[in-house]
Amino acid sequence: MRNIWIIASREYKRYFSDWIPYTIAFVFLLVIGIFFYLNLQVVMLQPGYIPSVEIIIAPLATMLVLITPAVTTRLLAEEQRLGTIELLLTAPIRDWELIVGKWLGGLLLILSLVAVTLIYPLILNQLVQPGIDQGPFISGYLGIILLSGALIAIGVAISSFFSNQIAAFVATLGVFIVLWWILDPIMRVVGPTGGNIELIQYLNFSDHLYANLLRGIIDVRDVVYYLSITALSLFIGTISVEVRRWR
Amino acid sequence: MIRVERLTKDYGPNRALNDVSFHADEGEIIGFLGPNGAGKTTTMRILSGYMPPNSGIARVAGFDVIDQSIEVRRRVGYLPETVPLYPDMTVFDYLKYMADLRQVGDVEDRVYDVIEKMRIDDRSESFIASLSKGLRQRVGLAQALIHDPQVLILDEPTIGLDPAQIIEVRNLIRELGKQRTVLLSTHILSEAQQVCNRVLIINKGKLVAEDTPDQLRSRLTGSQRIQLKVGVDSDGVEGILADIEGVGRITLEGSGNLEFETIPGFDPRPQVAKVIVNAGYDLLEMSQTGMSLEDIFLELTREEPEPPKVADDTLDYVSVEESDA
Repeated sequence: MRNIWIIASREYKRYFSDWIPYTIAFVFLLVIGIFFYLNLQVVMLQPGYIPSVEIIIAPLATMLVLITPAVTTRLLAEEQRLGTIELLLTAPIRDWELIVGKWLGGLLLILSLVAVTLIYPLILNQLVQPGIDQGPFISGYLGIILLSGALIAIGVAISSFFSNQIAAFVATLGVFIVLWWILDPIMRVVGPTGGNIELIQYLNFSDHLYANLLRGIIDVRDVVYYLSITALSLFIGTISVEVRRWR
Repeated sequence: MIRVERLTKDYGPNRALNDVSFHADEGEIIGFLGPNGAGKTTTMRILSGYMPPNSGIARVAGFDVIDQSIEVRRRVGYLPETVPLYPDMTVFDYLKYMADLRQVGDVEDRVYDVIEKMRIDDRSESFIASLSKGLRQRVGLAQALIHDPQVLILDEPTIGLDPAQIIEVRNLIRELGKQRTVLLSTHILSEAQQVCNRVLIINKGKLVAEDTPDQLRSRLTGSQRIQLKVGVDSDGVEGILADIEGVGRITLEGSGNLEFETIPGFDPRPQVAKVIVNAGYDLLEMSQTGMSLEDIFLELTREEPEPPKVADDTLDYVSVEESDA
């Protein structure tokens, strides 16, 4: 546990020696702010419609999918390029501790940035009467945390395959786009032909967030889904590091 | 302290290490000598716990590098050939991180300790990116020493340093080797000669020789080379020499200079002197030139189509000015 924390805390601190966290925080606030404003305009035009936190969390989730690759690609690819991976792999820490430490460092950064966006639910809470519905707020942010964990785990695993950060970035973004957007249209095409859509639907990243969590329903299956994606990816990352030793 | 038995390592179809066995005791400085690509780095990576061998046994301080890798890593300080540093960290932060990873007790004390030992105290707040090659090497060494390891593995520790820095690092290694086992690789022979108690010569993944630098020289050079200088009028000396027991091949070098090799087991020098003087020649000089480690090394690794370039020390480094940037 101590080893994981050493890796994670250093990784977290290291982000702040750069402009990455500030840039991401700015983009988060800007984009979500624009959506927030537009949604409030719609509310003005449709009296009686009370906006929920979904108008904040849905764009936040999309932003996470697009921005997480920028956070994860360096985690292992950079160590491999600098040769510092040799230091980590000859230090008395286990490979899985390294991977989990890297993941936790990335997750802490993303969660710090997500925390910045809490300002919008607070504003919304002031605007609507009698305040926002707590259920979707809690389950929605739980969904965001689970989603972040899974995205970063996938990113760490992909980063472990590369020593070139740009290649790692593009590969991570590609995988995210497939999981987030492309599985839905595939399902629509395959569905009428009698294909096995249940598996595709199960794999669909966005479905698990939108169907229940965003509406205030915490379904164990969705939680298990994100946690298992996280665990599987961290496992793949560990194997990838172990394989690297043998080459 | 280090025990290696029949170690073999393949990279795909290429055999990098072939049945290598050796051992090193406490307080010994072992020099690993060989041309580039001979398997030095591979051996060191196996001993540092970075990669497992395909077969064979490697033990450090009694722990197996595969089954007890973590225990091995706790006891080994390792400086890879490409000194692994984070350019965007300060020297102090970097060493502190390494100390944390190595589970050192008093982290800050230990960091100050190695910073002082490596004489980088005035640069401890500098970013690593701004350091000269020599300073980076010292930071790398500091990293390897941070947990006060029993075994120190240094891959080409003096490469890229200027002559003054090289002397400094060698003295440091000698100092460190007093209480530790040091395994260092080099392709500079005089370095091995100066620093190491024992030299292992490795070529194409195989151990070709192992001994103390002096023993290695005398063992491999059963014959000595003797240089002679006789007066300008030296016609016929060759003929007289050739009849003396123990004199081998003779080379004429012109204007009274000759060189001959002795046959192992004989020292014909007294006889040579007598015979030359009695024959009426002036004997101006006679000196023995032992074969250098360079010669031995080339001898041992000669079967390569293009012999590895074993340059003098002076060609091996480019002096780097300490940057003040």
